[in-house]
Amino acid sequence: MTAAVVHGAPSRRPPTHPLREGAQVTRMSAYNFAYLDEATKRMLRRAILKALAIPGYQVPFSSREMPMPYGWGTGGVQVTAACLVPEDTLKVIDQGADDTTNAVSIRKFFQRVADVAVTDHTTQASIIQTRHRIPETPLLEGQILVFQVPIPEPLRFLEPREVETRTMHALEDYGLMQVRLYEDIARHGEIARAYAYPVRVEGRYIMDPSPIPKFDNPKLDMSPAVQLFGAGRECRIYALPPFTRVESLDFDDYPFTATKAAGQSCAICASAVSYLDEVVTDDAGGRMFVCSDTDYCAARVAAKQGDAA
Amino acid sequence: MIEISDVGKRFVLHNQGGVVLPVMAGASLHVGRGECVALTGASGAGKSTLMRMIWGNYRCDEGSIRVAGLELCGAQARDVLALRRGTLGYVSQFLRVIPRVPALQIVAEPLLAQGIEEDAALMRARDLLARLNIPQRLWSISPTTFSGGEQQRVNIARGFIQDWPVMLLDEPTASLDAANRAVVLDLILEAKARGAAILGIFHDTGARDAVCDREVDMGAFLPGRAAA
Amino acid sequence: MTPLLQVEGVSKHYGAHLGCGDVTFTLWPGEVMGIVGESGSGKSTLLNCMAGHLAPDAGRVVFDTRMHGPRDTVTMTEAERRWLARTDWAFVHQNPRDGLRMNVSAGGNVGERLMAVGARHYGDIRAQAQDWLGRVEIDAGRMDERPRAFSGGMQQRLQIARNLVTGPRLVFMDEPTGGLDVSVQARLLDLLRGLVRKLGLSAVIVTHDLAVVRLLADRVMVMKDGRVVEQGLTDQVLDDPQHAYTQLLVSSVLQV
Repeated sequence: MTAAVVHGAPSRRPPTHPLREGAQVTRMSAYNFAYLDEATKRMLRRAILKALAIPGYQVPFSSREMPMPYGWGTGGVQVTAACLVPEDTLKVIDQGADDTTNAVSIRKFFQRVADVAVTDHTTQASIIQTRHRIPETPLLEGQILVFQVPIPEPLRFLEPREVETRTMHALEDYGLMQVRLYEDIARHGEIARAYAYPVRVEGRYIMDPSPIPKFDNPKLDMSPAVQLFGAGRECRIYALPPFTRVESLDFDDYPFTATKAAGQSCAICASAVSYLDEVVTDDAGGRMFVCSDTDYCAARVAAKQGDAA
Repeated sequence: MIEISDVGKRFVLHNQGGVVLPVMAGASLHVGRGECVALTGASGAGKSTLMRMIWGNYRCDEGSIRVAGLELCGAQARDVLALRRGTLGYVSQFLRVIPRVPALQIVAEPLLAQGIEEDAALMRARDLLARLNIPQRLWSISPTTFSGGEQQRVNIARGFIQDWPVMLLDEPTASLDAANRAVVLDLILEAKARGAAILGIFHDTGARDAVCDREVDMGAFLPGRAAA
Repeated sequence: MTPLLQVEGVSKHYGAHLGCGDVTFTLWPGEVMGIVGESGSGKSTLLNCMAGHLAPDAGRVVFDTRMHGPRDTVTMTEAERRWLARTDWAFVHQNPRDGLRMNVSAGGNVGERLMAVGARHYGDIRAQAQDWLGRVEIDAGRMDERPRAFSGGMQQRLQIARNLVTGPRLVFMDEPTGGLDVSVQARLLDLLRGLVRKLGLSAVIVTHDLAVVRLLADRVMVMKDGRVVEQGLTDQVLDDPQHAYTQLLVSSVLQV
């Protein structure tokens, strides 16, 4: 195939048939814009719109083979691809970092197949695809946060039959979910779940927020950004529209707490409020705590240097 | 309180060639308030059968049995149960209990079934067991291991714990010693005095003479004779 | 008084084979009804039709609901049926494995029904679970063990506690003493009897054990080949059976 049409800003695009909209071959490659064909993107967008209309409900979609293995964010990538427009600025993070393998490869993928602008800065991004974190910097209206989800069904390990879990969601039969938390307290004295901590959306559906640390759970609540969840292997999309009420499940006498490494602050930027990764520095038990969100950490360091200068 | 007229009973043994055994015909009797009537007759004359029919344990095939206004022939199960719960007491010859349940609990059960407070029910049960000379150490033990006489007295205590308006007594003094026999006769006289209608089988003629106002000979209601 | 349960003309076929045919009876509050018959007589099919586990081909199962009075449970929505199943109804399975979550602690098993109807206070849930374990004679110290570690009799008692914790008004039991040793059976029967009395429960008990029926049931229904051949007062049916099959059933019991 030859790259005959030059891709440019939307306003300068030659008029095309609506169904062919965006179907030009990019300058970068022989792929359609954002890799997926238009029919697939339309299917995905329908699923996303339905998911936004029923917050917390898992919408089935026909997941495509992506040029990466399952578990590497195929669900998130498809959702991102369906949302991307050429004007977007994309940020990709993996466990909060912009520079780890998963983040780098997905970012490169979209640079190549969609030729969109990319950034490390949370505030400058219009779409952020994330694996297992929500950025520390508060998200804004107009931003889209795309989560990669390994197992979308919060009841999966309690009830293995999919037919039954779907019925339980439909009938709000959620006693079992609470049993799981009860078991935690009975065995460990507290709710031991530290990530993928189940939430209730708008008082209705129980949702797995993907394996984000429970520290991030409060950020889901009433977020101004659109939050989309894609599970590629499991073929499910679910969503939280902006300003949706999201409550973490708990007991009256064992309330939910968003915990992190207690009493520690970042060794680089000294933040005491951000979520920290523990880094082992040598074989003698040396370790340090650093911000998991690299952009947040770097911005704080830069601001300090600016102050000093 | 007990009105029986023209009652007949037969057993059909389907699994033994459909043999029909008529055992009673045209039985009629009446027991009023404060009255004690004895059923007499030879073994096999149908004394126990009639008692069981009044209790609702055997089905009434023909005629009419009315106890405290309830017609037992063709009665609904729940009406019979209600009658047994509040009106009709039955002291059978044999004690049928679940192993493990203590004697005290068994005696108190009719009161508990009526929704009487457990404390009050147990208090009354203790009084009766003491009166019937059941040693206190046995109260908390299941009667399955008791002697025949002890079992019989537990059964009597259970039968007399409630002030039934109507009572059926099947050999209440059998296998009792003189002292306990006297206690049981006193209980029967007390029940009569408060107005209970009592129908009983007493092989012990002394006991019969002491408490009964009338006798009804069941031999008169044997089917052969009734037909003749 | 309104009947708690009215079964009217309930039939269920498995293909050409009759599961149970045209069964009609009324259960009043506080009554315990026994259903006896040999394997394959349709008693479990009937029980499952009543408890909403099977949809009957014909007939009505009218339950006197707390909120809306008598309602046909066959035509109500699955959501309503499930709500009944976790509030006003209880179902005790023959095999405790079918009625328990084997990988959840004893306390969690008992607490599940409470949480399913909205209990959200851990301390209260635990206190109630502990109270119920006590009532079914399970040592409070074993509350956090999984039922896997329990004996068959304990598992069955745990299942009963789990079912009764929300104060149901109608208990369905499918051979509750099957598969247990005789001595364990006696203890369980005694326990059930006490609970039925104290809580004023109504129950439908399916069993092939006439001794169970005699001890627990006020009334009994005898089934053969999917049909009810005789029903009435328990002691009357057992002591003065009218139908040939009931006579055979009663005379087949070994006297000890």
